[in-house]
Amino acid sequence: MSSLEHAGPPGAVASAPSAWDFFADRAFRALATAGAYLILLLLAFILWQIGRKAWPGMRDYGVGFLTSTNWDVGRGHFGILPAIWGTLYSSFLALVIGGFFGVVMAIFLTQDFLPPRLAVVFRTTVELLAAIPSVVYGLWGIFVVVPAIRPGADWLYSHLGRIPFFGSTLSGPGLLPAALVLAIMILPTVAAVSQDALRQVPYRVKEAAYGMGATRWEAILKVMMPTALTGIFGALVLGFGRALGETMALAMLIGNSNQLSLSLFSPANTLAALLALNFPEAGPREVAVLMYAALVLLAITLLVNVAGGAIMAMAGRKAGK
Amino acid sequence: MKRTLTTLVLATGVAAFLLSTPPAGAQDRVRLTGSGASFPFPLYSAWFKSFSGTSKSVSVDYQAKGSGAGIQDFINHTVDFAASDAAMTDEEIAKVPGGVQLLPMTGGEITLAYNVAGVKGLKLPRDVYAGIFLGKVTKWSDPKIKAANPGASLPDQDITVVRRADSSGTTFVFTSHLAAISEEWKKGPGVGTTVKWPASDKFVASPKNDGVAATLRQTPGSIGYVEYAFAKFAKLEMATLQNKAGQYVAPGGKGGEEALASVKLPADLRAWLPDPEAPQAYPIATYTWLLLYKKNADPKKAAALRELVDYCLTEGQKVSSQMGYIPLPENIASAVKKAAANVQ
Amino acid sequence: MSPGVIPAVDRSVGQGMAVGARPVPPSLKRAPLERRALLSEALTAGAWAAAIIASVPLVSVLYMLVVRGGARLHWSVLVELPPAGFEMGGGFGNAIVGTVVMVGLGALISVPVGILCAVFLAELGPHSTLAGAVRFAAKTLTGLPSILAGVFAYASVVLVTGTYSAPAGAVALAVLMVPTVVLTAEEAMKTVSRITRDAAYGMGCTRSQVIWRIVLPTALPGILTGVMLAVARAAGETAPLLFTALFSSFWLVEHGAVKLMQPTASLAVLIYNFSGMPFENQIELAWAASLVLVMLVLFVNIVSRLLGRRRA
Repeated sequence: MSSLEHAGPPGAVASAPSAWDFFADRAFRALATAGAYLILLLLAFILWQIGRKAWPGMRDYGVGFLTSTNWDVGRGHFGILPAIWGTLYSSFLALVIGGFFGVVMAIFLTQDFLPPRLAVVFRTTVELLAAIPSVVYGLWGIFVVVPAIRPGADWLYSHLGRIPFFGSTLSGPGLLPAALVLAIMILPTVAAVSQDALRQVPYRVKEAAYGMGATRWEAILKVMMPTALTGIFGALVLGFGRALGETMALAMLIGNSNQLSLSLFSPANTLAALLALNFPEAGPREVAVLMYAALVLLAITLLVNVAGGAIMAMAGRKAGK
Repeated sequence: MKRTLTTLVLATGVAAFLLSTPPAGAQDRVRLTGSGASFPFPLYSAWFKSFSGTSKSVSVDYQAKGSGAGIQDFINHTVDFAASDAAMTDEEIAKVPGGVQLLPMTGGEITLAYNVAGVKGLKLPRDVYAGIFLGKVTKWSDPKIKAANPGASLPDQDITVVRRADSSGTTFVFTSHLAAISEEWKKGPGVGTTVKWPASDKFVASPKNDGVAATLRQTPGSIGYVEYAFAKFAKLEMATLQNKAGQYVAPGGKGGEEALASVKLPADLRAWLPDPEAPQAYPIATYTWLLLYKKNADPKKAAALRELVDYCLTEGQKVSSQMGYIPLPENIASAVKKAAANVQ
Repeated sequence: MSPGVIPAVDRSVGQGMAVGARPVPPSLKRAPLERRALLSEALTAGAWAAAIIASVPLVSVLYMLVVRGGARLHWSVLVELPPAGFEMGGGFGNAIVGTVVMVGLGALISVPVGILCAVFLAELGPHSTLAGAVRFAAKTLTGLPSILAGVFAYASVVLVTGTYSAPAGAVALAVLMVPTVVLTAEEAMKTVSRITRDAAYGMGCTRSQVIWRIVLPTALPGILTGVMLAVARAAGETAPLLFTALFSSFWLVEHGAVKLMQPTASLAVLIYNFSGMPFENQIELAWAASLVLVMLVLFVNIVSRLLGRRRA
């Protein structure tokens, strides 16, 4: 026992740490630091594994790979521009829809719009939806979503077909069904994490806003949300990441077509779906090209996160944080 | 703190127990694992399950993940056998030290299933169905289709073509056939597990055989290529196709066997039938192969593999046609049995 | 702020105002038709509408799952082995065991690592360059397509051990779970108030003790949310398991010996296989398996929430 052990008056609750406490402290901190390094190493390792396989593809196709729309395995032409476009288009659309509804759900469930018991039931149900396998979402999309939006899509095409967003017919799998299903898939994640963020804001803050004469929504929008903003933004990041990487459901719903189109109804392609659909049967040259596409996807995730961080920083500065 | 420690210790104990190797002698069953083509998956799963049930010492597992992935597994030695619709290329065979024994196990037909209200027993001449997939024939009321089906009331509807979204052996076989019957196809999209389909809004893609079947069921005026078993059990209408001899042959009958029998198998048992010549042959049919190592590290496994192949060639063939596959013709089956002895 | 001016105690402040004009005291009566109140009510209506709209697809998915899956849910389905081809009956007992084992092992790997990393990010070095890099890495990893996690685990585990196995599947799932755990745990830990922490320091705690006894227990609900989300996602992923654990039609335990280093069945791969077969029996089983999977996750969710509540 160190001589510091009973530095305070006898019977005091506080006491200085013992030698074992110091040792445990160091060990734990070392473990935590190791954990952090491990994540970094994991990413590096994955990048290395993929990069190694992608190198022949990168060497042979260069930057033209990113701008070409030609995917012809037989002749060795590869280009992923339509896939990049489809990935960004579908993920942003899904983020806008799923993110919006997810945050609204979170507000709805934490700001006393429902009796507490009911809110818990709702919340558990929404979280449950995160467990549904991708394949089931894909099947739901095919059997329920596509037939449900087909009448609306046909109407939009025949009346507003001039607008490029509605410029083609919905013949089954396409961008809109995929984006809608993707939005439903990320909604539980966004909602659950946002709820936690909102719940962490002390109730006193809200009471203070009411005390100043704010209406219910002024309190929510001007006080609660800004306080919970980093948490909500984190939720959106998680949701967006999931949207970018979603494989199975999109493979079933996106249509795998290498067309560049603004139309919501035409089939498209995403990088993750491209990977999933072609990898099992790919020969060695195609594998290299697919790994190249995988690196591009990771680069996109990285860039979007950088952009998002910059936006957050700017918003933070504006709010005077 | 104490509670977390105890749970941690317990967890490590359980994990250690789970990861420990069982005592020798506890494993009296030989486990065989295979992966590969999804085309024959329904049939193989039936075969392997009943074989494992009747055999006293062997259990077999098979996972469908695509011919290409199966071949990769096979080259990497992570499985005991593989299955492929596209056999193996010479360079792939070269990567396996000790050699590969390819054994055709069964065959399947690829049908052109369609969904047009009120039209049954549609007949499609060669140039017409090639034209449909090239995007040249675009309406069901096209005069060429009408000419081949005088009694049918064909609507003036756009043809929606459903193709595979994923790369697959089925596409490979279908495109090989199209390349054999149409110069334009050969110069255009060509042959492959994925090809560049005509750029048209009317070409839709769905993954896997069941995805295509589901899309066909839901899209009026559509036509697509599906493996026979899937079309049969999804209760889709299938077109009767014109073969090389000019005869119209429907899928599901003897046409498949005729097609398989019309090809002479070379010594390494790799044969393609892109355009069978027999008068009553169904035009789009293929073998599907099991890939086995000629040299197996474990003689017990080699014996088990030979037992498995024997079962598939005898008992297995009896259920083939009921499940929608083509039973091997007699001469082929005996050739395969002889070749199976090479698996050591 | 509200219309009107807060009355000043000293009326001489109103020097600059027009003679005779008096500051109006704010009305404290409830005024539902006032613009801001109306706006708030409209937003509430909007929120209800949005919640209902969002619930429609969620209910639709659950409905389809419950109706189609429930039709086939019998006790036999939970204990029998998968049927093949034309067979009737059968079940997916081994797939349930496989999923539990692989997700469990995956959680065993990813949760401690994730929490330790989050501890570093939130407590030990929040503003260091290492922390910035690690946060970046975690966010990038959230976008990793599941198939790549499978390919990575294939190259790192399957090729090295020479066989498909449950641990390989667990590694692939852990890779998918870790980013979610790290990011949510960090957020949860950041919300623990300074006052509580400083009090603990004042009592003579080391940093680790503060983390162990104050921060982690307080942040536990948030951390559990992250873990549950990660577990839910991992349980439903197919592509990574296709490359690492493959599938098996047999039990994990045979003749009293547990063999993990062999292909292992899982609910996700079973659903993938069976939903793609042309036979009604298999398709029904695929739906039943989906329902069982969701119920399993629900069960784990409830249990973890109960345990978490008791600690706090």
